Amino acid sequence: MTITLAIETSCDETSCAVLRGGREVLSNIISSQIEIHREYGGVVPEVASRKHIENINMIIQQALDEANIGFNDIDLVGVTQGPGLVGALLVGISSAKGIAYALDKPIVGVNHIEGHVCANYIVHKDLEPPFTCLVVSGGHTYLVQVKSYTEYELVGRTRDDAAGEAFDKVARALGLSYPGGPLIDKLAKEGDKDAIEFPRVYLEQDSYDFSFSGLKTAVLNYLNQKKQKDEKIIIEDVAASFQHSVIEVLVEKSIRLAKERKSDKIVMAGGVAANEGLRNLMMDRGKEEGIKVLYPSKILCTDNGAMIGSAAYFHYIKGHVSDLHLNVEPNLELKG
Amino acid sequence: MKTLAVDTSTMMATCALLDEDRLLGEFSLNQDMTHSENLVPMIKEMLDNLNLKVKDIDLFGVAIGPGSFTGLRIGIATIKSFAHVFDKPVIGVSTLEGLAFNLPYKGYIVPIIDARRNRIYTGIYNRIKGNLINIVEPTIMEVDKLMELLQEEYDHIIVNGNGTLVYRDIILEALGDQVIMAPKNLNSCRASSIGELALLKYKEGQRDSYYHLVPEYLRESQAQRELRKRDK
Ligand SMILES: [Zn+2]
Repeated sequence: MTITLAIETSCDETSCAVLRGGREVLSNIISSQIEIHREYGGVVPEVASRKHIENINMIIQQALDEANIGFNDIDLVGVTQGPGLVGALLVGISSAKGIAYALDKPIVGVNHIEGHVCANYIVHKDLEPPFTCLVVSGGHTYLVQVKSYTEYELVGRTRDDAAGEAFDKVARALGLSYPGGPLIDKLAKEGDKDAIEFPRVYLEQDSYDFSFSGLKTAVLNYLNQKKQKDEKIIIEDVAASFQHSVIEVLVEKSIRLAKERKSDKIVMAGGVAANEGLRNLMMDRGKEEGIKVLYPSKILCTDNGAMIGSAAYFHYIKGHVSDLHLNVEPNLELKG
Repeated sequence: MKTLAVDTSTMMATCALLDEDRLLGEFSLNQDMTHSENLVPMIKEMLDNLNLKVKDIDLFGVAIGPGSFTGLRIGIATIKSFAHVFDKPVIGVSTLEGLAFNLPYKGYIVPIIDARRNRIYTGIYNRIKGNLINIVEPTIMEVDKLMELLQEEYDHIIVNGNGTLVYRDIILEALGDQVIMAPKNLNSCRASSIGELALLKYKEGQRDSYYHLVPEYLRESQAQRELRKRDK
C-alpha cells in the first residue's frame, strides 16, 4: 500500500500527515496558530508564514515518528497547492518539493477544497462517489457534485463572504473572541432561533450560489439599533437567529441539489461542518427526504494534512502527478 | 566535503555546489519571483549535470536574509527539507555577508539590498588578514542615513547588491570618488559565496538545525509593529 506524506499550510495550521492508501491515517499532526492570531483578531498572512517556516520540520518529524516510519518508507508526497494564503502555501510547497526531490519520489499538488471533501473518505470507510458535498469554512463556501474520486463539479459558491467568515464577523460584533464560529454555535443552543427575523438570501430561483454579506449587515444594524435605543441585547437569541438564517440556506440548497442530481448522500466538509446546528438541521432534513447525511470528525473538519494526503493518493492512482515545477495557486479553482 | 548552497533572498535565484577547494557548479537566474517554480528544478539540473544526488551532499548552506521574506522562506524551506531527509548539517549565512564575500577588496565593503521605500538592508565589512570581518551589523536604514554615515566615517568603499542599482545616482552623488561600484558579476547574490562561507563556518564549529533555522528578517511584519504600538 502506498505510503503518503502530506503537508498542509494554506492558512493558519501547520500540518503534516502520513497515510497508508487513501483512507488510513497513520498520523495527522496539526499545529494551530489560533492563539497567535487571536491577538490580531484574525489571521495575519505574514505572521502565519513566519510560524509555518519555524514549525514545519518539527511537524514533519512528529508525523513520521507517530506513524513509526522514516523518510525512506515514503512512496508519495502530497501538498496543498491552493487556494490559500500565498506566503503560507509557499512554505509547504517548498518543503514538500525538497522532500520529493531528495527522495526521488512523486509529488502531487492538491486542491485544498478537494482535500476537505476527501476528509470524509477517511472517516467513512465505505463512502464512494458520486455524492453531493457542502464545503463550508472560514475561507470557503462551495456546493459541489462529487462525480468520482478525482472529478468535481462546482455547482454553487458564495458571491461575497464565506459562511465561516460571516460567523467570525458577527462574533466580533457580539464581542466574542476569534475565531467566533464555535462560540456562536454554543450560544445558539441557549437562544431562540425565531426571536429575531434576519433575512435568508436565496438569490435567483434556481441559483446554487450563496450570499452572506447582507445577513451580516442586517445583524450589525440590529445590534446598532438596539444599542442606540439602549435596549438589552440577548446575545444568545442573536446567535441563534443569525446561525439559523445561515444554516437554513445552506441546508435547503444542499437538499435541492441532492434531489436534482438524485444523490442519496449529502456529505459535509470544512470547519463549519463541525457546527452542531448545521449538522442537526441537515440530518433532520435529510431524514425527511430520505437522504443520508455524513460529515467528518471534528478534527478532520479543520485544515489538516490527512485530508490532503487522501486527495493526493486518489489522484496518484489515477496517474495525476505533478512535476518539480509545481507552484502555489492562491486562487486555485475546483475543476472537474 | 560536498556543499550545496542556495540564495533566494533577492530576485536572483542561485544555487552552487562546492567541494573542499573547488567550485563544481553554479546556476543563477535573475527573474522576477519565480523562485518557487524554478529553484528545485534548477538545483536538479545542476546536480544532474554533475552526476550527483541530494544524498551525496555533506553540508547544506542557505542565505537567511535579510531580503524578500517570501523568497527567503522558499530557499530555507527547500534546504531544510534536504538536510532533514538525510540528517545532514545545515548552516544559515547572512545574505549581506554573502554579498560582501564576493568582493576581495582591501577597504570597506558595503553590500546594499533594496528594502523598498528608500530603505535598504546593509552592513559594513572589511578584511583583516584575508578574513571577512563585520564592523557594522546588518540592519535596515534609510539610504540617506547610510550615505551620511559613509561620508563621515569611511573611505575606500566598495558597494554591491541590488540596492546599488536602485540607488546608483544617490550613491555616486554622495560618495563620488570614495566609492567603487562592483562589476555586474560580483554585484549579485552568489550561492558560491554562501556555500564557501557555510563551509568556513562549519569548520569553525557553527551548527544550525533543520528544525529551527528561520529567516533573519531584520524587520517585524506590519501587523506585529501595529500590535506593539497598540499595546504601548
Ligand atoms: Zn480549509
